[in-house]
Amino acid sequence: MTVQGDPLLSVNGLSKWFGSPSQGVRAVNDVSFSVGDGEVLGLVGESGSGKSTIGRLLLRLLDPTNGTIRFEGKDISALNERALRPLRRRMQMVFQDPYASLNPRLRIRQILGEALDAHGLARGKARAARIAELLELVGLSADHADRYPHEFSGGQRQRIGIARALAVEPRLIVADEPVSALDVSVQAQVLNLLQDLRRKLGLSMVLISHDLDVVELMCDRIAVLYLGRLMEVGTAEEVNRNPRHPYTRALLAAAPKPDPDAPKAQRLLKGDLPSPKSPPSGCVFRTRCPLAIEACATTVPALETVAEGHAVACIRSDVQELMTS
Amino acid sequence: MTDTSPLLDIADLKVAFDTETGTVTPILGVNLKVHAGETVALVGESGSGKSVTSLAVMGLLPRPAGRVAEGRILFRRRSGDSVDLATLPREAMQQLRGGEIAMIFQEPMTSLNPVLSVGEQIAEAVRQHMKLDRRAAQKRAIEMLELVEIPAAASRALEYPHEMSGGMRQRVMIALAMSCNPSLLIADEPTTALDVTVQAQILALIDRLRHDTGMGVLFITHNLGVVAEVADRVTVMYAGQVVEAGPVRALFRGARHPYTRGLMDCLPARAHRGADGRRVVKAIPGTVASALAIHDGCRFGPRCEHAADACRAAPPGLEFAEPEHLTRCIRWRSL
Repeated sequence: MTVQGDPLLSVNGLSKWFGSPSQGVRAVNDVSFSVGDGEVLGLVGESGSGKSTIGRLLLRLLDPTNGTIRFEGKDISALNERALRPLRRRMQMVFQDPYASLNPRLRIRQILGEALDAHGLARGKARAARIAELLELVGLSADHADRYPHEFSGGQRQRIGIARALAVEPRLIVADEPVSALDVSVQAQVLNLLQDLRRKLGLSMVLISHDLDVVELMCDRIAVLYLGRLMEVGTAEEVNRNPRHPYTRALLAAAPKPDPDAPKAQRLLKGDLPSPKSPPSGCVFRTRCPLAIEACATTVPALETVAEGHAVACIRSDVQELMTS
Repeated sequence: MTDTSPLLDIADLKVAFDTETGTVTPILGVNLKVHAGETVALVGESGSGKSVTSLAVMGLLPRPAGRVAEGRILFRRRSGDSVDLATLPREAMQQLRGGEIAMIFQEPMTSLNPVLSVGEQIAEAVRQHMKLDRRAAQKRAIEMLELVEIPAAASRALEYPHEMSGGMRQRVMIALAMSCNPSLLIADEPTTALDVTVQAQILALIDRLRHDTGMGVLFITHNLGVVAEVADRVTVMYAGQVVEAGPVRALFRGARHPYTRGLMDCLPARAHRGADGRRVVKAIPGTVASALAIHDGCRFGPRCEHAADACRAAPPGLEFAEPEHLTRCIRWRSL
């Protein structure tokens, strides 16, 4: 994806600490990346990687501890609520749980109406037509507007969540695990819908997911996170075909493939993620890394470009073989 | 009875629940066999009845509303006798459960006792089922924690569930399940709540234990990647019925039911490039049918691209497409 001038969204040195500086949790630690106009960036990682916190920081639902977030060329990391208001129309969120994210006591017409009211859009006579248009855009029909959320299946509710995000005509959507709560056969419908909408509306997207197959399908570029730090970022193709970080390689090897003749998933990693309260010194991944050497404990590896559009934070990324631990 | 007879043999199972508005049958037509030493995956989406099936096997259907209305659940005991779990008295079932039949769940935190150390919990179970004294039971508990590869088992035995990570808790659950040498392990989505690198560890652990002990495993999951990884044979459920069953390769290479085909095709890993160069997944239209709805014909019919008039006329039965390969589709020959 070619990007001219400033990217739509750029994040520089972003950090978020919860609790006190000495005892708190460093949920996000010095993370930098950008999202181009019309581009879909995937944020991948296991629990505790900081991917959902980053999603909330991008929309300023949380305040960053350090670093800058630039959206449409403007630094939004320190704007107050009032100054953020017009920007909220341009960036929207789709949540994981379609059951929890819709008010059960409102009709769909009211749920979508609230979003329009918040920004003074489609008032009066234009309202009904706009709601019908939104429902049809996400594959529902206009007469669904008078129903309540409980009358819909999980997949349909997620469509309503997407319609609500699209109501204010955003340029950027942050989707946090948008299909994880859905049945497999319904996941595919929602993934195809998101791809259609992206193309039709020229949307940019940050897609947060733990599912590598979903991310590979949907994203132009992928950023891999571990314990609040960025391990690797590159085009979806590069990261999947030619992963350079030992963590990315272990993650890909651990994912079970839906093919009984594929090589069995490998457990290259021992143990669990360390507590983000006391992350390891140096490279945060070193305590589980099969390639770790002494130097990994002393220096935090910088993100270095290894190929065009592909950067890795690892001093051992030149070592090809991963030992099975 | 010979050794080649199945460990677990479920035939024509029907489970009924009495509700305020009448009797409903969430399970209507389950046939399933598990042999010693093999892993059978039971696959389905929400509402397919896979978990209710496992509860019926364990005698854990909510009482008094739930009951096995028809069919049998034969279990071959270690002694060689065969018992029907559907009609077994409660006390006899209690003795089997946690002994010869063990179960692990998705969320270990809700199945472990939060106020007992993990060592005490395992010791309690072995004392009940194996008649060991306190000291021998504690020793056995530590051995079990070592068996599931928990480092520093003796000191971890003193910890409480909340002090452990999700992966460690699932290992404790497995240690608890294995402590009485079960011949059948029922694993209900045991890795769904875990991260993928930890999931790989737990899958390898369950597989090693199956191999070492020769127990049979009924592995309930919605994840086809996990199925391909662990299963020898696969049973697919939809809306309360078994729709297809067969060896894992036969199902992944040549599914004989449109629903199974659809499930495989809609995986992101099987996305194909459309005419416009965009990668799309082939979705199954519509939403998962409720087992409680009234069905005249095939329950998958309304979502099936191959559905014909005959499919709507009468409910299809299970038939053999190949030896060992069952399908509940009258049109399997033309798939």
